[in-house]
Amino acid sequence: MQQAASKTTPPTISHRPPLAWIGQGFLLLLAALAVFVIVKNMIDNPPLFIQMVISGLQLGFVYALIALGYTMVYGIVKLINFAHGDVFMVGAFISFYSVAKFNLHQWPAMVFPGMDGLLVTIIGTTTVILISMVICMALAVTIERVAYKPLRDAPRIAALITAIGVSFFLEFFGALNFVFSPRFIPYQRPFDVVAWYIKDGIYQVQPGQAPPEGAITFSNIVLIIMIASILVQIFLQFLVRKTKIGVAMRATSYDKQAARLMGINVDQVISFTFAIGAAFAALGGVLYAIAYSSIWTQLGILPGLKAFVAAVLGGIGSIPGAFVGALIMGQAEAMTMGYISTPMRDAVAFSILIIVLLVRPTGIFGEPEKEKA
Amino acid sequence: MLLEVNNINVYYGAIHALQGISFNVNEGEIVTLIGANGAGKSTTLRTVSGMIRPRSGSVVYKGEDITMTACEKIVVKGISHVPEGRKIFAPLTVRENLEMGAYTRSDRSEIAASMERVFASFPRLKERINQLGGTLSGGEQQMLATGRGLMSRPALLLLDEPSMGLSPLLVQEIFRIIKEINSQGTSILLVEQNASMALSIASRAYVLETGRIVMEGKASDIANDPKVKSAYLGI
Repeated sequence: MQQAASKTTPPTISHRPPLAWIGQGFLLLLAALAVFVIVKNMIDNPPLFIQMVISGLQLGFVYALIALGYTMVYGIVKLINFAHGDVFMVGAFISFYSVAKFNLHQWPAMVFPGMDGLLVTIIGTTTVILISMVICMALAVTIERVAYKPLRDAPRIAALITAIGVSFFLEFFGALNFVFSPRFIPYQRPFDVVAWYIKDGIYQVQPGQAPPEGAITFSNIVLIIMIASILVQIFLQFLVRKTKIGVAMRATSYDKQAARLMGINVDQVISFTFAIGAAFAALGGVLYAIAYSSIWTQLGILPGLKAFVAAVLGGIGSIPGAFVGALIMGQAEAMTMGYISTPMRDAVAFSILIIVLLVRPTGIFGEPEKEKA
Repeated sequence: MLLEVNNINVYYGAIHALQGISFNVNEGEIVTLIGANGAGKSTTLRTVSGMIRPRSGSVVYKGEDITMTACEKIVVKGISHVPEGRKIFAPLTVRENLEMGAYTRSDRSEIAASMERVFASFPRLKERINQLGGTLSGGEQQMLATGRGLMSRPALLLLDEPSMGLSPLLVQEIFRIIKEINSQGTSILLVEQNASMALSIASRAYVLETGRIVMEGKASDIANDPKVKSAYLGI
């Protein structure tokens, strides 16, 4: 009987290495463990769990802002722009100077005395953010022109190594005394962080007072980060679907030669992509600095790398993928900090990269390498 | 004279792909380049549209030397190249593909009018307007590529193997439309392996062999040449 059966079915060739089940079993065990820890804590202490989710959202939405730049640039020039995290850092520093040295967050009050305080803060902060965005856009376009464009026809690894070089350059050039600073700098916020707690109603947390046991706290900066990041996502979808330059970006990312035959200036489209990515990174950088209130020149390394992992997790080249991947990364990190230990957060973040590359290298939204007829 | 190509030499590394090719296209003509695989037909079109640069020689369009002009600027000047293998944008819809064809233009109402003209020639595209380019059949993709090429309102259309991979019926259809486009005032430089079809609609023809033009003349004369008959027409 068995022999007959094996005769009728053609022999299938297994591409799985013989001991793959060990690795897969291990991954399953890991996943089960993670689910167990999260569910148990969720049931044991729901307010703490929600608190973790909120801090995960704050991280995740910042990562989303950075990850968009990684994924868009990869989509169009097939380059992992490792300097992107440092553009994020530069964005934070520019806003620091705008606020601490030039008081730009208060300019409406100086120009129009008697203006409403809240309005001054909103306009002033927006100005500070816009300045950071514009300078970072110029920086990214310059980096692309100087460092990446000459290597566009070179093997991809050359541009990748150059990107790492640019990243180090920004970090250590920025650390010079006459550029930014080699030390940590306390960040002067353009507006005060206000926190609220929820326990039988919403109350503002008074300065110097701890919220009561079992309350869920959140701050205005969390809300601003979430709103900004969602708006950026909507804006990008609009840009890519509905505008001429956005459609040209997609066309260029699919086939550069054909795009040139349409009269699309591919260099311009690439510069535009770098600029857009840098603008969002700068926005993320300013919000991150406001949230965590201390900056230095290597501030961008870890968020940058984690946003990169987020982009890979979501499927590099996919804009919704970057967003979803970033939110997952934020939660994973927050859960690790809350329930395992804070130093483990980075280990977990990069374990995710390894697991994605092992299990599904194309990421959640990624498609296998496209076929060209 | 609309297009004048003077003695161009093109190299791919050490390979001398075009060895001193000269030809011209007059206003309102269909000119065809025929020849076997690897004769240099596509390379010639790529040189005209600025995708590759000749080592020597010149390409003159409407009296202006465009030999060193960037590919995307040549489109603005009025040359549109429908490349070999169609090269449509698979992840873009039919509408977006056509919009990209009109990338160099900015007047929305005129672009819409051009799109309607393309739909008049290719009604099938209108039915598929919101479909992704990659989901079209081979014939529809060729229609899309040709329509996209027309969206820049070219004075000269370069067509590279429009019949490749199509059924005989579709080939007839495509060639009928090429003639129609030409009768509306667009000059056409056509590269084809299907020599008999190409010669049937062209006014003049050039025969390429390993990077050289070996014969030129009126399409009807070329079609009756015994050597061409045996080598390219299979008669």
